[in-house]
Amino acid sequence: MKVGRVFKDKVAGKTVFVLSLFASTLLFFIIIGLFIKSWPILSTHSLSGLLFDSIWKPRKNLFGFLPYIISTVYITLISIIIAVPLCILCSIYLSEYASKNVKSFVTSLVDILAGIPSVIFGIWGIIMIVPFISNTLAPAFGEEDTTGYSILAGGIVLAIMVFPIVIHIMLEVLRTVPIELREASLSVGANKWETIKKVVLRKAAPGISAAIVLGFSRAFGETLAVLMVVGNTAIIPHSLFDSGYPLPALIANNYGEMMSIPLYDSALMFAALLLLSVILIFNIVARIVMMRVERQMS
Amino acid sequence: MFWRKFEERLFNLLIRIATLIIIGSLFVIILTILIKGIPAMSWDMISKPPSGGFYLGKEGGVLNAIVGSIYLGIGASLFAFLLTVPVVVYMNVYAPGTKFTRFIRISLDILYGIPSIVYGAFGFIIMIYFGMKVSLLAGIVTVGLLVLPIMARTMDEVIRTIPKELSDASLSLGATKWETAMKVIVRQAMPGILTALLLGFGRAIGDAASVIFTTGFTDNIPTSIFQPAATLPLAIFFQLGSPIQEVVNRAYASALILTIIILIVSISSRMLTRRFKKNVIS
Repeated sequence: MKVGRVFKDKVAGKTVFVLSLFASTLLFFIIIGLFIKSWPILSTHSLSGLLFDSIWKPRKNLFGFLPYIISTVYITLISIIIAVPLCILCSIYLSEYASKNVKSFVTSLVDILAGIPSVIFGIWGIIMIVPFISNTLAPAFGEEDTTGYSILAGGIVLAIMVFPIVIHIMLEVLRTVPIELREASLSVGANKWETIKKVVLRKAAPGISAAIVLGFSRAFGETLAVLMVVGNTAIIPHSLFDSGYPLPALIANNYGEMMSIPLYDSALMFAALLLLSVILIFNIVARIVMMRVERQMS
Repeated sequence: MFWRKFEERLFNLLIRIATLIIIGSLFVIILTILIKGIPAMSWDMISKPPSGGFYLGKEGGVLNAIVGSIYLGIGASLFAFLLTVPVVVYMNVYAPGTKFTRFIRISLDILYGIPSIVYGAFGFIIMIYFGMKVSLLAGIVTVGLLVLPIMARTMDEVIRTIPKELSDASLSLGATKWETAMKVIVRQAMPGILTALLLGFGRAIGDAASVIFTTGFTDNIPTSIFQPAATLPLAIFFQLGSPIQEVVNRAYASALILTIIILIVSISSRMLTRRFKKNVIS
């Protein structure tokens, strides 16, 4: 009986170890898998050519990713410019001003927002944002003939999608600022806002920048919602109202025909690898900052 | 002096406006879907698969996509669940605080940040490697891997809040680690584990980018996991691209169905958590 129990524990221990090993190496499998599949294109085209050429004609063996890369960067930047100020203000309200009930109410709504599927954001963008841009916003800036399917529409939809993750992390960061610091500042006569501006935000700055970077990397890879509202034309966008064609959309739109043209599937896998590499770098940097923040506080 | 007061007032106002914008966006999105979706809704939409001229605006519904999505959601969340529980048990009971555990946590965090299109591409590579075709099974595996870090993080966060004394007490009475894990930790963490399961289910049902490559699309209701399956997000996406207004309206109705499923899942996970918390020692 006793041997049975210990034996069971040993077997269970080994099993959970092996599964943990699998989970922790999944990342490497993904990287290796994508790398092997993108090798055909990497070995026949120069990396700088792939990244900085702007002509995309798979049938003629021309794979220039530049328009896609620039679209992705623009859309992500727009979304971050919209989302970051709002998220900082909202997190300050929730962590410093709101009562407990209001805070838990708002955070549950933010959690629900996080669970809304991207296709719903996309359909909402098509119903509301796209017509708003083509009928109201673009004419106001003197651009009459836009369809509204633009990098701005993509950026707005994305901004709402990154709210939850950015707010979530910012709240965590603000919570690590010791209450004594706030009390010290208040006791020497600073008002609440001055305390937040000069003490809390300054102390939380590294964590807040990590939150922004994580939001950025989330926005970078978002696919379907953006694909639905950016118009998908492979030219480098020159204004907010131009349409764009981000990398994830490129992958999702062409999965059907990629097997019929040589190197096309490899090019798309390279696009996925590119996305993954950028996101990996962002994530690792942000995690290192977050770990420092946590260590400092504990 | 005046400026100080004014600045404080101004920012008091701004932070409230920002919060209103953020929660307002959720309501606007749901309201938009309701307004557009309800008029297009019919019993046929949820009770019939597409028939002959469905994509030309004739009869039928999206039952194929509803069933496909639910199969995929259940399959993927169970698959991820079976992988996640052991991993979380390992991190918290068998090797708490070791370097390897820290490594697992970091890699899970990073996996959490990887976009679903990359999982889709990776799933596609595995599929080709094993000579599989586009199928429900390929979708379940791919989406399961996508959901894994989300579940693991949620469970891990909950288990880390369980007081160490509880497992110390169990171990000191002679229980093995496995018994402690199953009878003390898992029971204590039940609310968190269920929340994680539902969270994973919701994510699995709503994800589109990873199923494009792996699950395919079909008008039939799948009868085995080796067949392709339709999913709601893709059904919405395809219908929305149609030039026929009738079909576009159906996209709105399908979006309403998906939104309702997601809201039910997310609200019930909240209620479950609250209910189970009563039985947990804190």
